[in-house]
Amino acid sequence: MLPILLESLLKIALVVGGLMTAAAYLVLGERWIAAWIQDRVGPNRAGVPLTRLRLFGLGQPMADGVKFLFKAEFTPAQVDKALYFVAPVTIFVTALAAFAVVPFGSVLPTGWLPASWGVSEPIRLVIAPGIDVGMIYVFAMGSIAVYGVVLGGWASNNKYSFLGGMRSSAQLISYELPMGLGILGIVLASGSLRLESIIQRQADTGLWNVFGQPLGLLVFGVASFAEASRLPFDLPEAEQELVGGYHTEYFGVKLLMYLVGEYLHMVMAAFLIVILFFGGWHFWGLTGSSDVVTWPVAALRVVVLATKVLAVIFFFMLARWSWARFRYDQLMSLAWLVMLPLGMVNVAYMAVWAEYGPRLARWFGVPEAAAMTAAGWAVLLAAWLVATLLVPSRSDNRPRLDAGKGTVPFSWQTSSTPGSDPSMPRKLGQSPEAEEMPLR
Amino acid sequence: MKPDDPNIRWVEPPKLGMLGKSYLMLFLQGLTTALRHLFFHKKITLQSPEGRHAIVDPPRYRGVHRLNLDEQGRVKCVACFLCSTACPAHCIDIVAERSPWPDREKYPKVFNIDELRCIFCGMCEQACPVEAIELTSFYDLTGKSREEMIFDKEKLISVYRETKDREPMPSARIPLAPREVSSAAGGEESGEHRVKGEGRAGPLAEREEYVKPLAEREEYKGEQP
Repeated sequence: MLPILLESLLKIALVVGGLMTAAAYLVLGERWIAAWIQDRVGPNRAGVPLTRLRLFGLGQPMADGVKFLFKAEFTPAQVDKALYFVAPVTIFVTALAAFAVVPFGSVLPTGWLPASWGVSEPIRLVIAPGIDVGMIYVFAMGSIAVYGVVLGGWASNNKYSFLGGMRSSAQLISYELPMGLGILGIVLASGSLRLESIIQRQADTGLWNVFGQPLGLLVFGVASFAEASRLPFDLPEAEQELVGGYHTEYFGVKLLMYLVGEYLHMVMAAFLIVILFFGGWHFWGLTGSSDVVTWPVAALRVVVLATKVLAVIFFFMLARWSWARFRYDQLMSLAWLVMLPLGMVNVAYMAVWAEYGPRLARWFGVPEAAAMTAAGWAVLLAAWLVATLLVPSRSDNRPRLDAGKGTVPFSWQTSSTPGSDPSMPRKLGQSPEAEEMPLR
Repeated sequence: MKPDDPNIRWVEPPKLGMLGKSYLMLFLQGLTTALRHLFFHKKITLQSPEGRHAIVDPPRYRGVHRLNLDEQGRVKCVACFLCSTACPAHCIDIVAERSPWPDREKYPKVFNIDELRCIFCGMCEQACPVEAIELTSFYDLTGKSREEMIFDKEKLISVYRETKDREPMPSARIPLAPREVSSAAGGEESGEHRVKGEGRAGPLAEREEYVKPLAEREEYKGEQP
């Protein structure tokens, strides 16, 4: 009992400490990347305190943390005190707790612990190994995190916070559906909800899920961007529109909790994308797939996983400066009209493939992996094409003047004589009669 | 404004083609733009205070004031109060006294400019009839107290001593005058063009006080010592 407790506590310390440090330095990395993309230098001054050593600005996270911690603790008068305090704690705790089932490596070698400790199983590099509902647990935690955002927006008693909270409640709940559909395909392919098993399956076959079901990656990736509230889906905060969104009224340690919680969401999304679609710790010819490992292989698997996760996080940061934020109706349209159907197509494709795929491949006489890759990409291209053709364009959000009149078609462009159609806006400087004509 | 207001001019958004609707081209464009800037563009940051931006045209720049001295080392100011009258921020405080010199009636006994109130609009410089007050290109002004930021006559003159070589007074910039330049250039180009081509004074060089020696101006004829 004691060794297991010790093992768990050690892993928790490792993960929590690692994540906190990573979050701090990811903030610095994000600021650097943002600066470089904008042709700036970025933070490069803060180094070792009280010296002239700058270390390329590596002391910046410490300076930021100290600044946050030493802010005056102050509660705005208009807030709902209890909820105001609970909201950031909720988002922070759930974001951290979700990492309990996420593997940060594969497994440690056996035989180096004293036999009297009674540890017979190899030590797995995940806080809670063998949880059969791992994916569902991650989702449950992600769903509770929505409460952090909504409560923060509500408790602040501020219109910008409230708008941010309202936006995010709709956004996060909407995008949970395509996210779940994206995962269903993986579950069908792997036959398990355990993240370790999903990686193991990809390592065994050598076929990462990104090859077999790229459509799933598209749906899941877009949804996880939205779930992490990252640009181009950062409507909950949208600092250009909403001051700071739901955390407008927050500062000091509570704001720090919000910001770290958001970063952890991004890290979690990166972990999930890597584990579900990019083979987790597996890399061909480097890591092998066996459950019995040596120390170098165990270390290599951790390094491979970390590298992949950092690459995905880099893409998150790059995406921030690549595309404009969606308008709210475009966001909803994307979730319900594009991503949800695409996710369903992916699930249907995976269901059919799980039933008939191997037989079809054998009948055609091609390897199953090759057949699955070809089929997956064909499905992606076909689904994308159909979505392009069918989904109405959302570039125009003007009010329709004919709304409620029943018969008039949408005809601003086709109306022949300006001013004759009451629903047709007239140009400036027309005749007085036209000006006096009643509009309705 | 209601949507059926006749004064609204409706503009059609561009029609999207297949590639635009599929979001594929936008995806690639955004990504390549970001990556291009990330890897290939030169950084434009200037590290302050180690580096400074070059001021393109110091005579036109509106920085800290200075009080100009004439050839005999006297303050040029004649305490006419035109600058403090023109000042929209009311930051110039002048106390005049009878001048000891025969060529003017008054001179400023006290000349204070509150640099914290000043909005650096340059209207004092425009108003001054004797090119006594001028704005220099010195811009990073700091002080430890409000009192320190009220510049008195001595301080303003020290600014002049500091900057007079870099930024000569308008009357010392006379060689840019169109007549002289055009005669030196053999009449090939018009003088005005040459003045602009010098890139120093631009349109300001066309102002009378920039192109005409002060002594030649009608209003000062016969008054110079």
